[in-house]
Amino acid sequence: MRYSIWSVLKQGLRSNRDWKPAWRDPEPKASYDAIIVGGGGHGLATAYYLASEHGMTNIAVIEKGWIGGGNVGRNTTIIRSNYLLPGNEAFYELSLKLWEGLEQSINYNAMVSQRGIINLFHSDAQRDAAVRRGNSMLMHGADATLLDEHDLRQICPFLDFENARFPIKGGLMQKRGGSVRHDAVAWGYARAADLLGVDIIQNCEVTGFIMESGKCVGVDTSRGKIRAKKTGVAVAGSTSRVMGKAGMRLPIESHVLQAFVSEGLKPIIPGVVTYGAGHFYISQSDKGGLVFGGDIDGYNSYAQRGNLPVVEDVCEGGMALMPMIGKARLLRMWGGIMDMSMDGSPFIDKTDIPGLYLNAGWCYGGFKATPGSGWCFAHLLATDQSHDVAKAYRIDRFQSGAALDEKGSGAQPNLH
Amino acid sequence: MIIQHPLLGARDAAEFTYLGDASMLMRPDPASASHPDKLMTAFHDYVHLRDNPAGIHKELWFHEQGDRSWLVVTRNVSTHEIISVELASDVKKASKRKSK
Repeated sequence: MRYSIWSVLKQGLRSNRDWKPAWRDPEPKASYDAIIVGGGGHGLATAYYLASEHGMTNIAVIEKGWIGGGNVGRNTTIIRSNYLLPGNEAFYELSLKLWEGLEQSINYNAMVSQRGIINLFHSDAQRDAAVRRGNSMLMHGADATLLDEHDLRQICPFLDFENARFPIKGGLMQKRGGSVRHDAVAWGYARAADLLGVDIIQNCEVTGFIMESGKCVGVDTSRGKIRAKKTGVAVAGSTSRVMGKAGMRLPIESHVLQAFVSEGLKPIIPGVVTYGAGHFYISQSDKGGLVFGGDIDGYNSYAQRGNLPVVEDVCEGGMALMPMIGKARLLRMWGGIMDMSMDGSPFIDKTDIPGLYLNAGWCYGGFKATPGSGWCFAHLLATDQSHDVAKAYRIDRFQSGAALDEKGSGAQPNLH
Repeated sequence: MIIQHPLLGARDAAEFTYLGDASMLMRPDPASASHPDKLMTAFHDYVHLRDNPAGIHKELWFHEQGDRSWLVVTRNVSTHEIISVELASDVKKASKRKSK
């Protein structure tokens, strides 16, 4: 059923009796043209674009848990393309363009809201860096606006401009940035892919890869063997675990990142604001909750929950930036597991094993990349060629010296 | 997390900074490599690749806000349970003794 105002009215008049599940729950077939391991945002987007852009419909997404239960439902929902390096910016700008057309193409209301993102600066040096970043964005066809203190006071009067240690001097704004309802992204891609014939197989854990004469020809799962000509893995957070079953050792550590939501408040934060003197970022959901977060905890973890020192650190950042936040009560906090790569950038690449492809290493910036990642991973799976904007995301880039270190902190994953 | 420091007793993990997998104690020996390419590969693997297991993990913690000693903490990364703590210098000495 196509979703529209008419379908809502029609079902409303019939007491909502006839809504169907948004996607099927099929039994896995014995073989497919391609399978995607991991039913998160990236895996579902990959399946959708494989079907819609490359005509591959005999494919399946295999998910250990349920759709929307992993990092796609655990992030802070921010979209933006304010990157600096040439290898990154073109990719994230493609992703932002895909966000802009997403709801029409998948016929699903993902509440894409381009309410803007502002990265604050507090010193002359930070202002110079913001100008440089803004110029890089403009050169790649993205938008960027430099705000001085006066402009910023109009938009965010609640900030602590006269902070003695870190006075706020202005910010770099990307007006096309914003936020999206993250669950709807998972559900929307799942439904759209399902309508094109993609099998979405939930509660099916991959336990190994089927290798024949050095090639990957499918996966062993908790629901039996599933063969495929091509296998793409998109399981960020658990990449080392899954690829370890294929004997691969990767430049990735798994870390926990915490996120927080306050009680619902009247509209106060216009878009996304990030602190320049500490790691803190905040936006406000449509329900009114302040959604915020900061640094990863900083030690290897698969536990999906963090510890209190980082909670304190994040809240201190919030208090330094906007003291009014101290009056809000925290409603919920949670953790998600990140693939932290050695240079803070992701991988979308073939592996050394024919038939096995990898999408991983998204650090804590994977959500905004969802459409672009799916688009480029689908391109790689369908054509065996890297997409133009994802050419830098090679697995062997540390061997070749072509690391893509946006933050410049070196092979120290907990600093990216 | 509370880390049982071998010399100082129970200390809050917030006093420490984290480096990562304790395999970083075992730096490749440039003198032992048979070929420069092999050395490059060995150092690439040493600097960039990680086992990253879900479960028991040996890792390096630095007591930055304390006695500035390096510790090897054995921890279950799926539960955050700390199993044992040793001085990194002791671990290094023991591994040297073993290799001799």
